[in-house]
Amino acid sequence: MQTATARSDIFSAITDQPDSTGHFGPFGGSYVSETLMASLQQLRDAYRQFQQDADFIARIDHDLAHYVGRPSPVYFAERLSRHIGGAKIVLKREDLNHTGAHKINNTVGQGLLAKAMGKRRVIAETGAGQHGVASATVAARLGLDCVVYMGEVDIERQAINVYRMKLLGAEVRPVGAGSRTLKDALNEALRDWVTNVDDTFYIIGTVAGPDPYPAMVRDFNSVIGREAKRQMAVQFGRQPDALVACVGGGSNAIGLFYPYINDHQVAIYGVEAAGRGLASGAHAASLCAGQVGVLHGSRTYVLDDDNGQIQHTHSVSAGLDYPGVGPEHAWLKDTGRAQYVGIDDQEALAAFHALTRWEGILPALESSHALAYAMKLAAEMSSDQLVLVNLSGRGDKDVHTVAALEGIAL
Amino acid sequence: MAGNRIDRRFARLREDGRKALVPFITAGDPSPQSTVALMHTLVRAGADLLELGVPFSDPMADGPVIQASSERAVANGVNLEQIFAWVSEFRRDDRQTPVILMGYMNPVERYGYRATAHAAQQAGVDGFLLVDCPPEEGADLHSAFREAGLHQIFLLAPTTTDARVADICRKASGFVYYVSLKGVTGSSQLRAEELNTALTRIRRHTELPLAVGFGIKDAGSAAIAAETADAVVVGSALVSALNGAEDEHQANAIAEQVLAPMRRALDNGPVALVS
Repeated sequence: MQTATARSDIFSAITDQPDSTGHFGPFGGSYVSETLMASLQQLRDAYRQFQQDADFIARIDHDLAHYVGRPSPVYFAERLSRHIGGAKIVLKREDLNHTGAHKINNTVGQGLLAKAMGKRRVIAETGAGQHGVASATVAARLGLDCVVYMGEVDIERQAINVYRMKLLGAEVRPVGAGSRTLKDALNEALRDWVTNVDDTFYIIGTVAGPDPYPAMVRDFNSVIGREAKRQMAVQFGRQPDALVACVGGGSNAIGLFYPYINDHQVAIYGVEAAGRGLASGAHAASLCAGQVGVLHGSRTYVLDDDNGQIQHTHSVSAGLDYPGVGPEHAWLKDTGRAQYVGIDDQEALAAFHALTRWEGILPALESSHALAYAMKLAAEMSSDQLVLVNLSGRGDKDVHTVAALEGIAL
Repeated sequence: MAGNRIDRRFARLREDGRKALVPFITAGDPSPQSTVALMHTLVRAGADLLELGVPFSDPMADGPVIQASSERAVANGVNLEQIFAWVSEFRRDDRQTPVILMGYMNPVERYGYRATAHAAQQAGVDGFLLVDCPPEEGADLHSAFREAGLHQIFLLAPTTTDARVADICRKASGFVYYVSLKGVTGSSQLRAEELNTALTRIRRHTELPLAVGFGIKDAGSAAIAAETADAVVVGSALVSALNGAEDEHQANAIAEQVLAPMRRALDNGPVALVS
């Protein structure tokens, strides 16, 4: 029971956001068709109810500890830091979680909620495949049917994760509409949910979508930052000077940032995918280069054209290849609490190699964006300062992509 | 808002004891040149109101037929500006048939709420139905439409609670659009009894005309819906048929073929259909 008391704080609010109507300042909300309103309300009610349920909390704590393998370590990347020659770079090792990324924190929570609500079927959308794998994993563990929607483009570049999902018993449904990536998979999953609401729970994988998803996915991932705070205090006797995390939809980032939002001495940096460069137009940096609009049920920054059509995005990492962003990040940007920056494909690849060679840790290409920015930042800081990077996933899934980019046939 | 064509049209239909036939086409599909002519054809074939889809890259409430149609129109570069121009052109020859634009929020976000309302009113648009704008999110937009004399049409679903039905009906004007099925546009089976129960429930909260959409495929389903509804909307079935057209001439012929039997069914009642 000690683990339970140690972690059951995942539902304790750090800020008063979102408000009672699901808005983060002017962002968020529920921009969905009337056909989804009742399901969202049912989910809000259930989520509110189970947050007070000691058994439910104990089940989450148990699974996070014994199934996911939490707490994930905080690790001082000493050789990399020395190589950079500035602040100490410290890694929150979400890559060591079961299934290899932070995504499982959320799917354990939502999976248990689905089960508690009596749903027998879960659906999910996926880009890089990590959330799909994490959803298929909890569905297998809980005995739930699982359908994962995935863009055809992503299926091609993440073949291993597609097979992993199938091994786990999930059905992977290819999505051929639009840009055939994550955003289209999300549309298709929403359509499935509208049609099958009675028995189906939709596990959204990031802090986007209509209320209550941005808050719920944040809460389940906030275990990252809550743990990090305790670990930093024990291992370093102090909190970091800066937090760095990559932002696609932004779930790993908000998971690290949220518990630190009121700690104003800690600088916060979200790193978006600048793809071939922000000037090229081929990127996925909604906060750096987008404008406020409405996508997938919330008001947030989006990448669209003059007619309001959502743009195709580009990033070397499928998990960041999304033309919107979680509404809480939009709020953190506009309030100035967090800064959002871009890292391009080449910088991310360089960071991928650097961590692999200096520390023997293969980072996901998504996380490599955060790492690349942290390396830049650390170089300008002093050696007694600390930069905490969320190493949100491991890079095994990206080995083929990296090899192909370097002209190596495996 | 007595000046709005939607109100005048429904008042007239009520007087005549007729049900409204409301076809939906995506603006700019099958081709940008076809839209205005198609609108006139639909009116000739018996349409009482027209719904013109504003294409969007991410039509999350639509089924495959309207998704594909929207994708084609987006590829054709169709935008709000162009749609307003088409409605203006349509209005040169048709000053009576109400036109409702149906779509999603983001194109309106980009065009601007007041600019959209103003340009739409100038062009001769009568109302907007924005699928992903429930009443609780759209206060500013709602007032922009209202000030321009445009109706904002709201959806009700089988899952909408009584309290919400009451709330939405208070904010609604023009007519109320009942989504007759769980699912996306183009989904299957319409059930007469369920529909009857649902519309009776809604009528306790409003005197506005009730339109039924999602699931109207042919004369039979149109007649079933019109037993209790004031208007039936046909979308996917029409858009799907139009997609087979090789040229404008054929598109007009197809529109007529799809609509004419529905018109007859609405005017003659369902009895005539049972042979």
